[in-house]
Amino acid sequence: MKIRAQFAFVFNLDKCIGCHTCSVTCKNTWTNRKGVEYVWFNNVESKPGIGYPKQWENQEKWKGGWKLAGGKLELKSGGRTSKLLNIFANPDLPEIDDYYEPFTYNYARLQNAPLSEAAPTARPLSMITGDPMEKITWGPNWEDDLAGEYAKRSVDKNMDNIQKEMYGQFENTFNLYLPRICNHCLNPACVAACPSGSLYKREEDGIVLVDQDKCRGWRFCMSACPYKKVYYNWESGKAEKCIACYPRVESGMPTVCSESCVGRIRYNGIMLYDADRIEELASVSNEQDLYEAQCKIFLDPNDPAVIAAARAEGINEDWIIAAQKSPIYKMAIDWKIAFPMHPEFRTLPMVWYVPPLSPVQSQIDQGNLPVGPDGAIPQAGTMRTPVKYLANLLTAGKEAPIVSALNRLIAMRSYQRSVHVEGVADTRPLDAAGITEDQAKEMYRYLAIANYEDRYVIPTGHEEERLDDAHGFQGQNGFTFGNSSAVGISKISMFPRRRKESMEPAELAPSADKE
Amino acid sequence: MNEDIFTWNNLLFGIYPYVCLSVFVIGSWLRFDREQYGWTSASSQLLSTAGMRWASNLFHIGVLAIFGGHFLGLLTPHSVFLMVMGDIQHQYMAIVLGSFFGVMALIGGGNLLIRRFSNRRVSVTSRASDKFVLGWIMATLILGLTTIPVSIGHAGHGDPRVVTAMAEWIQSIMYLYPNPAYLEGVDTIFKLHVFFGMTVFLIFPFTRLVHVWSAPFGYLARSYQIVRSKKLKYQSR
Repeated sequence: MKIRAQFAFVFNLDKCIGCHTCSVTCKNTWTNRKGVEYVWFNNVESKPGIGYPKQWENQEKWKGGWKLAGGKLELKSGGRTSKLLNIFANPDLPEIDDYYEPFTYNYARLQNAPLSEAAPTARPLSMITGDPMEKITWGPNWEDDLAGEYAKRSVDKNMDNIQKEMYGQFENTFNLYLPRICNHCLNPACVAACPSGSLYKREEDGIVLVDQDKCRGWRFCMSACPYKKVYYNWESGKAEKCIACYPRVESGMPTVCSESCVGRIRYNGIMLYDADRIEELASVSNEQDLYEAQCKIFLDPNDPAVIAAARAEGINEDWIIAAQKSPIYKMAIDWKIAFPMHPEFRTLPMVWYVPPLSPVQSQIDQGNLPVGPDGAIPQAGTMRTPVKYLANLLTAGKEAPIVSALNRLIAMRSYQRSVHVEGVADTRPLDAAGITEDQAKEMYRYLAIANYEDRYVIPTGHEEERLDDAHGFQGQNGFTFGNSSAVGISKISMFPRRRKESMEPAELAPSADKE
Repeated sequence: MNEDIFTWNNLLFGIYPYVCLSVFVIGSWLRFDREQYGWTSASSQLLSTAGMRWASNLFHIGVLAIFGGHFLGLLTPHSVFLMVMGDIQHQYMAIVLGSFFGVMALIGGGNLLIRRFSNRRVSVTSRASDKFVLGWIMATLILGLTTIPVSIGHAGHGDPRVVTAMAEWIQSIMYLYPNPAYLEGVDTIFKLHVFFGMTVFLIFPFTRLVHVWSAPFGYLARSYQIVRSKKLKYQSR
């Protein structure tokens, strides 16, 4: 057994309102720079929809993630030799238009335009070429709230094995929001596909990073990631990805996307797992067993044997306590209401999702949805969002675990309703769903109240442990011996300039008087 | 001071090669040491992928094969070469392989060059050095291809002197015993090609060409997953 700790997430889709605050705060923090204008480390998709980049879930198209070749795990796009043979042109690479052509507006013109009869307009400008764009035809969230034609949206891979036509009808239509970040997988395909070895997983917290100095721009990480969450900065020629806000996380703070979440849907916590079992559990033959297989990799943080082994591995006491209080462990393992997204990609992702209930009160009131024994809360299988769709998204199509989770969420609500509306605690739904009264109360606290200290249980990074002897740190502060100022202030450099400022309207828009 | 030393021939083929090689080695080293962040293939495939599979593969394979051909054909000591084949055979082999891979690189590189300048997204986001270096390599390539008819003429008359003179000259440079006189009788087109070729080494460290150093063969022997610990090992001074 090789115990490692993983910084993990749960997103409660039941409460996501699709406000995009996570995306905007993340964008402003990390990707508001030149070359990554098109990049959203965090994005929120309206489902059903083809998403960002287009059809990212369709691995017949993009060849992301892993496959089983003769029972052995292999990159779906091909192994090491095929990577080197394709290094001059990656055949599976998305193009910028698969994401979208980033644009801004000629805001300066609103102020600079000469006096005229008509109000001046701010035209869209490409943030790649700086040229005006006649018409914007795609964006990072083009399908927001089911915008666009159903025929195009329903190409969504999760609609496989679903009677598509039925859900195209207005009265049957369904919508859920899917916030996405890097999954910081236990078996990351991006790391495996990097020819220069620049991507790596951090031993202490499992965050997956790109070593910016080591990256050579071979681009295989981009196509190998089945979630398409590694991006290419066309200005620097380097890959960039969600860094799980590690500077914040190391100081015990939640990620920016989590902290700023208006709906309190995001949970950050620690999971202990057995790194020796990664390969075994990622290569179970039946795709539909992958969700259960991944559950087996996690270790019970309250088991004395696990605690002893974690200590022996040098995992800090703080981290063991955090793992015991982990909201992720509660939702994924204790309550079994959270699931990894697309376990069939075999990367063992570590952002898990609580499926949405999607109740529609007016439908219930009109008697269109069959309700449970309390006469108020609809049954799991009758929700607007087809269980099959959620199963295709979260359990490789296996419906039973999803139904069980939905039933538990409903039972918890039904129980709380009996307490608060009827004044009598009715535990029958809990018994039927297989959860105890205490668990239901705790689920209510975590899911409905969602206190800050329950959502974020993040131990600090323990920088002091980087050296066994803290004396080694003396004399380390102050001026650096590195070339961290190598960019310099000179406009002339022998070597290609390192970073340009992001192209912003101020630079793009000449004074209108000069036109 | 001997005035005869500073002839154009001596400057270009006796001194300039060392300038190019020194800048090539020291420049690459310095940049690798100081500018890892800028050390990248600077791929533009994200911005425009159409036709890249053909163009980029033809260009890269062609150019790498030509480089390997020059390396083996010119740096193999004459005595060793004669054990394998005669000078005329050597010349014909250079003509055939050079034409094949040269045309390959010409088609691929030509497409890349057109794309580099005419594709709006690629053109706007290119550094000046990206455009310059591709143009320079293509000029070198075209000059190299232009030498082939001349070379065929020589070979047709059973005259291998140009090939042997080139090889002897470059080996004299490598043995640090430069003898530019070898090139005095050689046709101008060869000299022009040599000058352009040497200059590629001169500009190499200042352009995206440095990614050649980073050809990731180590990947073939690496385990898929990489885990890094932040723990520092004690460093002895």
